[in-house]
Amino acid sequence: MNDSSRTGERTSNATTGSKYDYEQGPPPLNINYDWCKACNICIALCPKQVFEPDRDGKPVLAHPENCTQCTICWVHCPDFAITSNYK
Amino acid sequence: MATAVKQKSDVILQYLRPSKKMPSVWCAGCGDGIIMSAIIRAIDKLGYSKDEVVMVSGIGCSSRMPIYLDFNALHTTHGRALAFATGVKFARPELKVIVITGDGDALAIGGNHFIHACRRNIDITAILINNSIYGMTGGQGSPTTPSNAFSTTTPYGNVEKHFEPCELAKAAGASYVGRSTVYHATQMEKMIIEGLEHRGFSLIEVVSNCQTYFGRLNRQGDAVAMIKSFKERAVMLGKAKKMTEQELEGKIVIGTIHRADKTEFCDEYQRVVDSLKGGK
Amino acid sequence: MAEKKRVLMLGNQACVQGAIYAGMRFFAGYPITPSTEIAEGCSRELPKIGGRFVQMEDEIGSIAAVIGASIAGLKAMTATSGPGYSLMVENIGYAYMTETPCVIVNVQRGGPSTGLPTKISQSDTMQARWGPHGDFTAITVAPSTIGDIVIETIRAFNLAERFRTPVTILLDEVMGHMREIITLPEPGEVELVDRVRPTCSPEEFVPFEKTPNLVSPMPRYGDGYRYIVTGLTHDTMGFTTNKPAEIAPKLDKLKHKIEDYVDEITKLRVEKIDDAEIAFISYGSVSRAAFQAIDIARKAGVKVGGVQLDTIWPFPEKELVDLCSRCKRVIVAELNMGQIVNEVRRVLPPDIVVDSLLRYDGEILTPLQLLEKLEEVL
Repeated sequence: MNDSSRTGERTSNATTGSKYDYEQGPPPLNINYDWCKACNICIALCPKQVFEPDRDGKPVLAHPENCTQCTICWVHCPDFAITSNYK
Repeated sequence: MATAVKQKSDVILQYLRPSKKMPSVWCAGCGDGIIMSAIIRAIDKLGYSKDEVVMVSGIGCSSRMPIYLDFNALHTTHGRALAFATGVKFARPELKVIVITGDGDALAIGGNHFIHACRRNIDITAILINNSIYGMTGGQGSPTTPSNAFSTTTPYGNVEKHFEPCELAKAAGASYVGRSTVYHATQMEKMIIEGLEHRGFSLIEVVSNCQTYFGRLNRQGDAVAMIKSFKERAVMLGKAKKMTEQELEGKIVIGTIHRADKTEFCDEYQRVVDSLKGGK
Repeated sequence: MAEKKRVLMLGNQACVQGAIYAGMRFFAGYPITPSTEIAEGCSRELPKIGGRFVQMEDEIGSIAAVIGASIAGLKAMTATSGPGYSLMVENIGYAYMTETPCVIVNVQRGGPSTGLPTKISQSDTMQARWGPHGDFTAITVAPSTIGDIVIETIRAFNLAERFRTPVTILLDEVMGHMREIITLPEPGEVELVDRVRPTCSPEEFVPFEKTPNLVSPMPRYGDGYRYIVTGLTHDTMGFTTNKPAEIAPKLDKLKHKIEDYVDEITKLRVEKIDDAEIAFISYGSVSRAAFQAIDIARKAGVKVGGVQLDTIWPFPEKELVDLCSRCKRVIVAELNMGQIVNEVRRVLPPDIVVDSLLRYDGEILTPLQLLEKLEEVL
């Protein structure tokens, strides 16, 4: 569940406004599903709606291409379950 | 970018106690973890060695923090963290002593030690995690539970008033006082850095969420709802100074509340030792 | 050899001298009659030698600071009286659980509660054993002369370091405020004991390891051993535990590390016991009167002997049974309503009659009173 799964067509950076191109490289974020307690803080606070909850309430990278590396998610994760591949 | 760069977010993982199994015992969404994350980032930025940091805590959910961190951990009795910390710091002034405490631990049973640690202006940084409830024991009222709020010992609404830890600290003589919330994690981190760098007693009050008890008993919603409400209710100190008391009702004033340059306790004692030409 | 210096010294001050001799460099306390001179003495002496003194906001803070300083690496002490000791017991229990060496002086006064601040009693003897809640084994010493105070204070620190435990010194109002001419020991004359420090690498370090003598090496903060100290029941790594298989061993360790080595702790002063038919058992200030009464009675031909308990806890069962084996009767003299007498009754065989001479009106037992009691039972 930790891949940069995307649905739909490719989108260019110009459309999303993100300065990162995640198409060639690793996904913007890694999520440790063993430590995540599905508190939903990252999903709620993300300004770009990068996450969506899965069946257990844990975050999935629904729109990784939108991630601007603002750090709000991993700074606010109470269980240190999110790390960034870029920062 | 084709390749991943050095992960700055990994810094958190480097400071977790290697032999302690995660995830933590805290409830899902508890602010304690957010604060712990900020403390780690602050200490990392300051470049302290793990061996020189002593983390002292009392009893409560917040006081479980030192066990998860790879520093010297001193988990003491209820309310007494500041007194133990005074002994550690005074005996070994070169150590960086951080106290993790809660609203009940520091202000109820620990009130006396709180007042005098501020008065002595001893170079300790105290992080007071204020969730306005006694979480660990199941949701009883604390000295910061607001009037009319519900808790398991105020089932008809709190008839008592609460006090403001920052005002108390300032009046008692603390020379750095700041307040933040778990929403304002970056500001919190910056304040922790300032508190650690400040030579004197630093109090950083962090308004935090206990959705399990305070949130549930007072219909404040889940962790997300409570943290979002901190965001809504927070007012920066500069702006708050221009607001009336009525406008400030229900608001959380955040920022560096007080900063002063005062002589520090260990330094003053060392002056006495030096004047007597005392040597070990 | 140079003549040793004789000084006229106050009991409480002798305690300060003994502590400094033993290496005490941290004192945190709170004023309470009749112990205050110890705090005042430390406030004067410690800065001269680079030590640290702080008057804390209450007794609870005092013992907390002492424990913090000890864990940080210094030999630390506090001094108080009955009401203060009562306040301290929770944190003294913390010191037992965390195996932190420290010394607590109780200059006893009349109790209970505020009681008699300026009068003598020995009514905190049982509290020294059972003050904190829970299961633990206590070490308590009780000097009886001013010179004794110096020696017993040094011994208290040595025992604290050797066994990684709090040690209580029981003084009393009369002894604390009395002056006598004593000779202080020369540097190096009395052996000093320091806590054993770990020599393994931090990765291999097991904070509460079950070593052969059950006392784990104790690191100093900053040396690289970033271990957890907690008052919650914990395993050998210091992590809190709920497992029965880890709980009982921890409590066993606290008990056996002391009780299995009681020979290193027991200290008695024994006089004229070999042919004694009757013996006085006493401790603290009463022992001075007891030994004087014994002298007088012996001159009158009475076969009486005396045992002074320098170590009160762990109670010297084996020695006492041995020493009193030939006695038909023992008289336990103490300044309370009967605390040690119950222990004596517990350990001596039933054919030895255990009598008590108790005084609890704030005054000390005199040799005359002891002789009167002797006459009464003979």
